[in-house]
Amino acid sequence: MSATPPAAALELRGIVKKYPGTPPVHALAGVDLRIEDGELAAIVGPSGSGKSTMLHVMGTLDRPTEGTVLVDGRDLSRMGDRRLSAVRSQLIGFVFQQFFLIDGMSALDNVGNGLLYSGTKPRQRRQRAAQALIRVGLGERLSHFPNQLSGGERQRVAIARAVVHRPAIVLADEPTGNLDSRSSESIMELIHELNAEGTTIVVITHDHDVAAGLPRQISVRDGRIEHDSLSHLSRRASLPEISHSGAVK
Amino acid sequence: MRPTDGRVQKSRLRIGDVLGVGSTGLRTRKMRTALSALGVTIGIAAMVGVLGLSESSRADLSNKIEALGTNLLTVSPGGGFGGGDGVLPEDAVAKIRRIGPVDEVADVVELDVSVLRNDYVNENRTGGLTVVAADLGLLGTLNGEVDEGVWLNSASASYTNVVLGSESANRLGIESVDAGMQVFIGGEWFTVVGILDPFPLAADLDRSVLIGMDVATALFDSELNPSIVYLRTPSESLDAVRGVLAATVDPAEPDEVSVSRPSDVLEAEEAADSAFTSLFLGLGAVALLVGGIGIANVMVIAVIERRNEIGLRRALGATRAHIRRQFLTEALLLSTLGGLAGVGLGATVTAVYASTQEWEVVIPPEAAVGGFVAAVAIGAIAGLYPAMRAARLAPTEALRAA
Repeated sequence: MSATPPAAALELRGIVKKYPGTPPVHALAGVDLRIEDGELAAIVGPSGSGKSTMLHVMGTLDRPTEGTVLVDGRDLSRMGDRRLSAVRSQLIGFVFQQFFLIDGMSALDNVGNGLLYSGTKPRQRRQRAAQALIRVGLGERLSHFPNQLSGGERQRVAIARAVVHRPAIVLADEPTGNLDSRSSESIMELIHELNAEGTTIVVITHDHDVAAGLPRQISVRDGRIEHDSLSHLSRRASLPEISHSGAVK
Repeated sequence: MRPTDGRVQKSRLRIGDVLGVGSTGLRTRKMRTALSALGVTIGIAAMVGVLGLSESSRADLSNKIEALGTNLLTVSPGGGFGGGDGVLPEDAVAKIRRIGPVDEVADVVELDVSVLRNDYVNENRTGGLTVVAADLGLLGTLNGEVDEGVWLNSASASYTNVVLGSESANRLGIESVDAGMQVFIGGEWFTVVGILDPFPLAADLDRSVLIGMDVATALFDSELNPSIVYLRTPSESLDAVRGVLAATVDPAEPDEVSVSRPSDVLEAEEAADSAFTSLFLGLGAVALLVGGIGIANVMVIAVIERRNEIGLRRALGATRAHIRRQFLTEALLLSTLGGLAGVGLGATVTAVYASTQEWEVVIPPEAAVGGFVAAVAIGAIAGLYPAMRAARLAPTEALRAA
């Protein structure tokens, strides 16, 4: 590695997240992770493993109790709520299991919402949203409302919304969790395509089949990284090494 | 490509977009929007309507008072120990005429006979109508108008001709004078020559039938002690004239003479109207308050229901301020909508009611503007708490599946 490595798309350093209580819950107990620009990685783990907390911390939706998060080389630890919002508006894209489309808005406007909080002009929003929708294969559905779309189509709209502002990283939380297997396949295909075009994507999932299809798998258990398929490149060797088959719950 | 270095620009929501974002919720739930705006609509409509109606009726009264003049005085017997059954001296009119500033004087003499539709009717069934002998100057003194036919003149007043007050014509069932209609007064047939418009300042005359003084003396052998004397005097000398009237008419017993100014009644009516106005305004304010609480309630529910949307928007980069602004805008739009509808409704009610009353339609601009401003203010207050709650919601909390 060179002395001044290029900024990673996302970096977690010594992340600890405790929730107050008796006894306090350690959702994350010391996580180090580096996602390079252009990577496609899966964070996989059972429910309660801390992967959702990881998603929230990576997405600046929640602050770690200890440790540092860097998005696109920017240290988030000293940022206030407003600057974190700004980071989200420009550097991060989210895809959710429940799609979270706004019912009263067309697909085009829903995707345009991805540019809303960066102050982009309405005309430009619509233009770029249309491009994004065409990119995800919904060029014919621009003015459809969410309730006129199938589950798979809705998730495509949500993906278009997540990439329309060209974020440094896209965080997809169980993107296929509400979809049948055919739609799931096509969504994962789309995710691969977008990654091939240069988008950095992290998929959070409990589904090992989904994870297995991605170039890198990071399995999480009890708030720690149990295994990283790229761990031979990892700077930390303190994590226990577990065989691929052993990582399966 | 996105810039890979330098500072991240601030999150920004364009002003125009605030409106779009704030109206999404309203557009998707139209029925709820309409119902929650309705509370404010009713409150504002009540206030605008009350102010509009009272202004319209006041304008009408003022017009009436102005048209009738405030310089009319009436002199009638009674007021002292004698109660109401005294009479004025026969020469009362002549005496009053001698008071310098008095312009016009006319009297009526109440006759102890009844007016009947025809000679088959029992003569005790007077229908509450009075027969009076009227001075020919009466119509001029009272600024009265003839609705149908003609007023008595010196020729017709000597014969069995009668002019009906507006209400008497009604009660006798006589609508026009064309057919040579006759009524039966004190055992004699009288021909109806005219029907009068109502006298706003002398409503008693509306329920009277009027015949000439000469025919009254000739047929009914009546004494001509005036029952009421009407007089007009220039406004500036009104108080002076009023002061000397009683003593002039009956120097021996001035207490037995009552002097009044009919326009006082209308002015009192005007004052009573404003008392009702404040009562109804208070009711309107209560309705508005309830409407505001309704909006607050709906907004609180909206914030709970749309938790996911709030979380999503936060994930898309909305700051707390953006979320607050969104819900505040929504509340403001709701109340503005309600306010505009309320002003419209209040104005319509005023216009419709005033026209049925044949009043001049007056919608005070300060009521319309004030009502609108009050609605917007209510919306701002009602929206504040829900908007703050929405803004304070943690993104992770908001994104949790419902």
